[in-house]
Amino acid sequence: MGFDYGKYIRPGKLPHIWCPGCGHGIVMKGLIRAIDSVGFSKDMTSIVSGIGCASRLPGYVDFCTLHTTHGRGVAFATGIKMAKPEMNVICVGGDGDGVAIGGNHFIHACRRNIDITYLIMNNNIYGMTGGQFSPTTPTGAKASTTPYGNPDPPFDIAKLAIGAGATFVARGTAFHAAQIDKLLAEAMRHKGFSVVEILDSCPTTYGRRNKYKSVIEMMNHLKDVAVPLSAAEKMTAEQLRGKVITGVLYKENKPEYASEYRKLVERVQAG
Amino acid sequence: MISSFERHGAMEKKKPVVLVNERYCKGCHICVEFCPTSVFEMRGFTAVVKNPEACIACMQCELRCPDFAVTVSQ
Amino acid sequence: MSKKVAFMQGNEACAHGAIYAGCRFFAGYPITPSTEVAEVLSAELPKVGGSFIQMEDEIGAMAAVIGASLTGVKALTATSGPGFSLKQENIGYACITEVPCVIINVMRGGPSTGMPTGPSQSDVMQAKWGTHGDHPAICLVPASVQELFTETVRAFNLSEKFRTPVTVMPDEIVGHMRERIVFPEPGELEVVNRPAPTVPPADYRPYDTSFGDVPPLAAFGSGYRFHVTGLNKAEDGFPTTRAGIVQAEEERQVRKIEKATDEIVTWEEYLLDDADIAIVAFGSTSRSARFAVNEARKHGIRAGLFRIITYWPFPEKQIADLASRVKAIITPEMNLGMTLHEVRRCVKGMTPVSGIFRVDGEPIGPAQILAGIREVM
Ligand SMILES: Cc1ncc(C[n+]2csc(CCOP(=O)(O)OP(=O)(O)O)c2C)c(N)n1
Ligand code: SF4
Ligand code: SF4
Ligand code: SF4
Ligand SMILES: [Mg+2]
Repeated sequence: MGFDYGKYIRPGKLPHIWCPGCGHGIVMKGLIRAIDSVGFSKDMTSIVSGIGCASRLPGYVDFCTLHTTHGRGVAFATGIKMAKPEMNVICVGGDGDGVAIGGNHFIHACRRNIDITYLIMNNNIYGMTGGQFSPTTPTGAKASTTPYGNPDPPFDIAKLAIGAGATFVARGTAFHAAQIDKLLAEAMRHKGFSVVEILDSCPTTYGRRNKYKSVIEMMNHLKDVAVPLSAAEKMTAEQLRGKVITGVLYKENKPEYASEYRKLVERVQAG
Repeated sequence: MISSFERHGAMEKKKPVVLVNERYCKGCHICVEFCPTSVFEMRGFTAVVKNPEACIACMQCELRCPDFAVTVSQ
Repeated sequence: MSKKVAFMQGNEACAHGAIYAGCRFFAGYPITPSTEVAEVLSAELPKVGGSFIQMEDEIGAMAAVIGASLTGVKALTATSGPGFSLKQENIGYACITEVPCVIINVMRGGPSTGMPTGPSQSDVMQAKWGTHGDHPAICLVPASVQELFTETVRAFNLSEKFRTPVTVMPDEIVGHMRERIVFPEPGELEVVNRPAPTVPPADYRPYDTSFGDVPPLAAFGSGYRFHVTGLNKAEDGFPTTRAGIVQAEEERQVRKIEKATDEIVTWEEYLLDDADIAIVAFGSTSRSARFAVNEARKHGIRAGLFRIITYWPFPEKQIADLASRVKAIITPEMNLGMTLHEVRRCVKGMTPVSGIFRVDGEPIGPAQILAGIREVM
């Protein structure tokens, strides 16, 4: 009756490296359920990542997997999709990976609208390197490099994606575990560049330094800040202060890059 | 043919089996906290099934465990 | 049937060489003086069913090339100085993951933005040591338009055969000069394709050394599922920190090229049989050197030319042998002594070696080399 994750987890690879209560494991389960529900074949699915705790995900799952360099996952994924458009290409990674060092690749993949699903596990911190602030760390928050509170304002990843031209943008949280696969499955079915941001938790390097005393407090925080889009539409700006809107935030049908390029090839070859 | 009512009744008799894989459990407390019927408790650094009879098969634990350590089967 | 002959630019010939070699993917970012390679391929690749993509930067271009190659497609990027610097991290990634790919770096002056339109030969050390960590390097330095075509084909062949990135580095003059080129017929030049795995998918390991130092690479989407990572990895492709395995894998990656040095290294000798003075040069500088050698001989000086075609692995044995035959060696180059340093390393003091350097964006002409020859006489 439960879900058989064993079908997709590589034998002998568990337990994974993530810390107790790290949300990345919850998100990975959601990703597996999503792939299962859309029916992508293992042989024809590539999962690509950059560097970071979140980016270790591909090593555990039984697909054509590629763990690349920091921030470059989307660019490697672009090469795969362009060279073999019949492959399903999914890119995964953290907030630092995706919108700091990889920000340029991210916005340009959005602009091209290439058919890749990009899962960003946003824990608001550089987890792997021990908790330095990331471009999504809230202003004022503590990180190992913001001992007096973070002076930087954060990015809103979803707005960034929409602004850059992504044609599917959704947001969920690691607390709302049952929603993760729904959002990802819809993203995978969408033809174009789809971005799914999952608000995640890093109890080890973020929670510890900030006001979250335990894994559970971090989970409950995700529960408290999330407001589904349908509810948010009925709320005032005042009521929405400090909240994060979840659900499918944006969806649009536009020509997809890799298939448009194939059409160009056919046109050129026809003379 | 059994009616849907009967089938439901038959299912209810099958007790869900909750298992924690000690090799995978990292002791995060998530299952303990989010099980609505307090099936789990912590023993040292691992979760253990304390009240198996209380399980209502809501699947929250299996869904939320970050470490693939909990399974619920019937 | 007469062969197709054209008058074209080095960079254009390079692009056509890539197509001849079976390249079907290009990702790049425009930069002088390499841009024509991208321009020609943007037109030619669709004709043969391939893909061209202009990426957002050179880092992304190198990444896309590696991604494409993992699907079994021969992939190329082209750049110059600053772009070559940006590609280095992912070139290292291709080295450790052993993914074939070809990088064209048309050398311009540096460091930094340097002299975008001026020729240079100052990236040869970067081609070997540019990315961090121990790694293999193959770098080819053609000297003519025809050779830029054939060396691009050879670069793909070496890259496919040895599962490693290969760099082709014409200097700006070779990249931009126009010459007659005779197009090889299909089949005339050897074209090597990476060996496919012979084991069933369940038994496949991407770094299975029972197949030797260059294990077969499966393509994504071909029924073989495996993991690729830039972390130190074991034969199964998964990360490891086990000391013995890491050491063995690192050594194998370097060894696979080192032990094939004799097969990879190419050079040309010109009038060296009776030479007292040898000029060791490459690229456009070797063209001036040939001229200077002829001039010197008219004046009774027995000079000859050793032209480097494969810069890495460096022709160590050949240079050492040369040193035992001549009284002096001169290395003219458009940098401040990179080849001089390498040559001295090979010569081990057997023969005096001196350099002629130029980094002002002007080529080293025959007169300057001739003056250098006179000086050592
Ligand atoms: C070029 C480069 N710069 C820096 C690093 C160091 N580094 C590794 S992971 C990481 C941050 C990862 O943060 P994020 O992407 O948010 O993932 P998380 O660990 O939080 O899941 C950094 C800075 C690196 N590996 N490569
Ligand atoms: S450091 Fe943070 S992000 Fe990394 S595994 Fe631990 S909890 Fe997860
Ligand atoms: S949720 Fe999983 S890892 Fe956490 S305590 Fe329960 S069984 Fe252990
Ligand atoms: S299935 Fe529900 S009730 Fe049963 S143990 Fe899990 S969380 Fe508790
Ligand atoms: Mg992070």
